[in-house]
Amino acid sequence: MTADLVIEAEGLVKTFGKTRALQGVDLAVPRGTVLGVLGPNGAGKTTAVRILSTLLAPDGGTARIGGFDVVRDAERVRQTIGLTGQYASVDEDLTGRQNLELFGTLLELGRNGSRRRAAELLEWFDLTAAADRPAKTYSGGMRRRLDLAASLVGSPNVIFLDEPTTGLDPAKREDMWDVVRSLVTNGSTVLLTTQYLEEADALADAITVIDHGRVIAYDTPEGLKRVVGGQTLEVRPSDPAHLGRVAAILSEVGSGAQADEIRKGVLAVPVTDDEALTESVARLAAAGIAVTELSLHLPSLDEVFFTLTGRTAAEDDTTGLKEIAA
Amino acid sequence: MSTLVSTPPTTRTVLSTAVPNPRPLRLVRHSLALAKRSLIKTWRTPEALIDVTLQPVLFLVIFVYVFGGAVAGSTHDYLQFLLPGILAQTIATGVIAIGVNLNTDIAKGIFDRFRSLPIPRSAPLVGAVLGDVVRYVIVTVSTLAIGYLMGFRIDTDPLRAIAGCLLAVLFALCLSWLPVYVSMKVRTPGAVQGLMFALIMPLTFASNVFVSADTLPGWMQAFVDVNPMTHLVAAVRGLFVGTPLGSHVWWTLAWCAGFVAVFMPLALRAYRKKI
Repeated sequence: MTADLVIEAEGLVKTFGKTRALQGVDLAVPRGTVLGVLGPNGAGKTTAVRILSTLLAPDGGTARIGGFDVVRDAERVRQTIGLTGQYASVDEDLTGRQNLELFGTLLELGRNGSRRRAAELLEWFDLTAAADRPAKTYSGGMRRRLDLAASLVGSPNVIFLDEPTTGLDPAKREDMWDVVRSLVTNGSTVLLTTQYLEEADALADAITVIDHGRVIAYDTPEGLKRVVGGQTLEVRPSDPAHLGRVAAILSEVGSGAQADEIRKGVLAVPVTDDEALTESVARLAAAGIAVTELSLHLPSLDEVFFTLTGRTAAEDDTTGLKEIAA
Repeated sequence: MSTLVSTPPTTRTVLSTAVPNPRPLRLVRHSLALAKRSLIKTWRTPEALIDVTLQPVLFLVIFVYVFGGAVAGSTHDYLQFLLPGILAQTIATGVIAIGVNLNTDIAKGIFDRFRSLPIPRSAPLVGAVLGDVVRYVIVTVSTLAIGYLMGFRIDTDPLRAIAGCLLAVLFALCLSWLPVYVSMKVRTPGAVQGLMFALIMPLTFASNVFVSADTLPGWMQAFVDVNPMTHLVAAVRGLFVGTPLGSHVWWTLAWCAGFVAVFMPLALRAYRKKI
């Protein structure tokens, strides 16, 4: 065991009936860092998190959290971790405050300690106004914040976030990212699963890509982007007649490749740095060309998978469905 | 949400290096905290109490006024005889709800959260059972109240009457482990309801709830004599209206112990396996 690896898993195997959810997954997360586990539905992300958080016993392989084995020392592991996922949630009939105080009592914070901690977390997650309403009346974003707050009641050193932003709108997603960053600043170690390269890129120190229960890539965000291609600049001129001139400008600011028309009326070019955006805006303005759309994109999960595996992530969705059902 | 401050609250306790909690009675404290959760839920959804409040009223009114004259000669005499039986019957059917509720609840995220916490695995189930005490107290009080309005009177003394109520509540608590076990083994809340009803129904009718056991055919009396409902009803009847108690209180307590000894371990094992 390396001294400062807080989460370590070797050769995790888990089978549900005929579905092989995990086929030998290794994970390693050094103290105080964020590991992004990237993969499509049914890749095995949730199964891995459930094993690491002691909800599920692996069929093979070992995993340790803070040096404690998730099977043999499950009780110690549970004192260390906080878990947030769509399955590990709160009681809908209880209010936000009652939920947090219940978890405080169960975590031995005592009556006053539980109250204080609940009030702190409600304040931090901007839920004080809604604190005394039943959780089932909360909006999606509030509910997600309460779920996360519930997993932080015991001030865990290790936090598992299973798709924390799936279904949130972009503004709420950014807020959630800020929360994750502040947890790390405070010394927590985070394992986060996501279907978005953008999210893993924004938060993670390292990214593990899994597919069909296997790790198919492990790298820093920069390293992964080097492999799968960096950002793409997309521009839609207001007047389709300008497509030719726009293509010429984009080909010059881009990383060398020619601009392509990827959809009707939309040109795209790979770029290496963020300055390409401002530069193309300046040059389009100088040329007097108006645009209705101009954006910078990281490759989507589909594109990442296509590059890494030669096929799209959605191709074997049936396996994914089985795993979710299991 | 833009007002989120950038640093989390700073009361970090170093949980990872703490030894597993050595304080005694952990299971009791955690179960009580979780029982409070059930209480809050009962408080929030009072309509869930309809089964246990309306049913004794209906049974008392229908049976006393329809069959009272024929079975016992007078409606008052029959009411004195029937009320302890209806209390026991309502208690027995009232336990079905915990199975139905747990079957729904366990599929929700809250139980996964419980399992990720450093608490005894059995605490959520024990808490759910304890939290239902309030339901059974409400059943007992409301059955006695409607009985009083109809003319039922305690013929013994208040202490014995209270003992009878406590015995009924205890019986419900212990019998609860049967529906809890069933709820871990079957897939849907409807199946829990159906199966439990099929188990409870013969117990309440093939007993001394509605008529004296010696009016039944011999082969049925053999079953009635061992039926836990018979002992509970005879014990409560003795404590309320002074019929001979015999060893019925002891038999009732023995059945209570038996329910817990058999179904609690079965339920906990099924819960651990149900992932």
